[in-house]
Amino acid sequence: MRQRSLIALTATLAAGALTLSACGSRDDKGDSDSGSGGTTVTIGVDAPLTGDLSALGLGIKNSVDLAAKQANEKKYVDGITFKIEALDDQAQPSSGQQNATKLVADKAVLGVVGPLNSSVAESMQKVFDDAKLVEVSPANTNPALTQGTDWNGGTKTRPYKSYFRTATTDAIQGPFAAQYVFNDSKKKKVFVIDDKKTYGAGLAATFTEEFKKLGGSVVGTQHIDPETKDFSAIATQVKSSGADVVYYGGEYPQAGPLSKQIKAAGAKIPVVGGDGIYSADFIKLAGASATGDLATSVGAPVEELPSAKEFVANYKAAGYKEAYEAYGGYSYDSAWAIIEAVKKVVEDNDGKLPDDARAKVTEAMQNVSFEGVTGKVSFDEYGDATNKQLTVYAVENGAWSPVKSGTYTG
Amino acid sequence: MNELPQQLVNGLLLGSMYGLVAIGYTMVYGIVQLINFAHGEIFMTGAFGALTVYLYIMPNGTTMWLALPLMLVGAVLVSVTVAVGAERFAYRPLRSAPRLAPLITAIGLSLALQQAVWAWYPKATSSIVFPNIPGGPFEIGSVTIQTGDIFLFTAAPISMAILAYFVMKTRTGRGMQATAQDPDTAKLMGINTDQIIVVAFALGAAFAAVGGLAYGLKYGEINFRMGFILGLKAFTAAVLGGIGNIYGAMIGGLALGLAETMATAYIADVPGMSQLGGQSWANVWAFVLLILVLLFRPQGLLGERVADRA
Repeated sequence: MRQRSLIALTATLAAGALTLSACGSRDDKGDSDSGSGGTTVTIGVDAPLTGDLSALGLGIKNSVDLAAKQANEKKYVDGITFKIEALDDQAQPSSGQQNATKLVADKAVLGVVGPLNSSVAESMQKVFDDAKLVEVSPANTNPALTQGTDWNGGTKTRPYKSYFRTATTDAIQGPFAAQYVFNDSKKKKVFVIDDKKTYGAGLAATFTEEFKKLGGSVVGTQHIDPETKDFSAIATQVKSSGADVVYYGGEYPQAGPLSKQIKAAGAKIPVVGGDGIYSADFIKLAGASATGDLATSVGAPVEELPSAKEFVANYKAAGYKEAYEAYGGYSYDSAWAIIEAVKKVVEDNDGKLPDDARAKVTEAMQNVSFEGVTGKVSFDEYGDATNKQLTVYAVENGAWSPVKSGTYTG
Repeated sequence: MNELPQQLVNGLLLGSMYGLVAIGYTMVYGIVQLINFAHGEIFMTGAFGALTVYLYIMPNGTTMWLALPLMLVGAVLVSVTVAVGAERFAYRPLRSAPRLAPLITAIGLSLALQQAVWAWYPKATSSIVFPNIPGGPFEIGSVTIQTGDIFLFTAAPISMAILAYFVMKTRTGRGMQATAQDPDTAKLMGINTDQIIVVAFALGAAFAAVGGLAYGLKYGEINFRMGFILGLKAFTAAVLGGIGNIYGAMIGGLALGLAETMATAYIADVPGMSQLGGQSWANVWAFVLLILVLLFRPQGLLGERVADRA
């Protein structure tokens, strides 16, 4: 009996090992040149593909996929075929780091688009930087990612040379929202709520600072527990505080129910948030009472930019099941920035990828400049996008519609 | 404006939900000394059961008042099936195994059920909108009550009364008490203990299903992970009230719900505590309460001191 189970165990182990090695050899293929003489370059994607934030994450993945397909179709870089490798981080920093390690290990990966969450980016930056692998985030807005943790104290230092982003930062987004709420919506008393995450707390802080500077008053603050859906105690506080507007730093899975419960408690005031709540799912979760809620998002509305028409049409033609959501245009541009950098490196090296391709691509990224879906794409000395446009959106008839676009200065 | 009455109502509502789920933990523990960590997922499948009835079985546009009883039946049916299945195939084979084995099985089952719903329920990879009961909120003095909460406010006490009657007055209920006291002797007295255990799982699941439906109606959305945190909270409530005691589960639930709500609303106002207030600290205060109660009453609020248990 004992012996038989030993045999069974060994057989299982052997089978397992075989399966694993089979996987390994399949992965290696991307490394070597394929028979037709071309080289395959992989663009890694890291985003939440499952879970609450998957609506945004899948939009990112599809848009990167579209960029890779377009580049292949146009033969944009001679002799190079692009493919994508999308990994799911479930919006968890720990998963993000594992994915980063995995992408670094795959030698065919020359650039990564992602992640969605600033907190996830924090866990990935060092892994990529050690490998000199370039990372372009379409969505991270926390200023500390590019300007160091002391960005607000006046000393900006770039922590990682391999990290870039096409999204603008909260240092701009929070104050932009504060100006709109104070000057255009004429709201003077705000109740500030955040989820204590890197993104949410940062956004709430920059909003509060500017709102106070303008002369508004903060009548209450709260920090939610993102694991719960019961915000009734907070909703009651908002109502009795007499606030005429709520600012929420965080993302839509919590913002939707929060907005709904605040209105149900009897406080008929708008909830304002950043790009993290700018999703159709926010309206779905918040229900009919979401009308009038506001969100700021990076860039001008993709649908209205002439440069984006082609992207929107191609996205539709490609037949993706999910919408491109808030970051589609930025993801496409992020991927295209990597493609541009690869093109530069390949052209400088007589049409072949050099041995230290990753370091060269990272270097080339700093000087990338092209007309993208969201406008001109280029990066400043910190790796931040030079395009600092923002838009305020409002919920009308069950959809987000743009109210005001502008650039924040000062 | 004085917000205390409203906050008390908020706390009682949250607590009722914890209590409904906590009953399942406490009943199963009382009879087989198993902490059924998959109970939170039984609560979750109940909510999905109700949603399935609404989305796929009922014709579109059925009024909520007509749909509600059917959704309740659907929720209970799914939860009970899952719980009884779990008992039969996961826990019964391990009944005479060391206590750690069924405990780990329960944790595994919890993950398996979450992933099963995630993988196979249509669109369950992110939150799904749950239908709500139409009608505006009701104002009683300074207290606002949502239509979705009315279900919870009526269902929780009614369920509790039914359970008390069942356990105290019926033959099966008395059999349950006997099995809880001493399974071997109960068996000798002609009680079918296997059947009693199944009944305990089924009853606990039915209450979790009521809780699951109430959750959907209250928050307007459900997702595959909703049972995990809520299950842990309900387990805490069961321990707080005295695990093994069905009234304790309800009292523990209410105490926990009130503690969390009060901590969210008022701790930050206490001078010098502004850093330790707000909802993000509510769990900390709830567990401080648990520790304090267990320090002075290790058996929980209503638990009896039993030698050689737990």
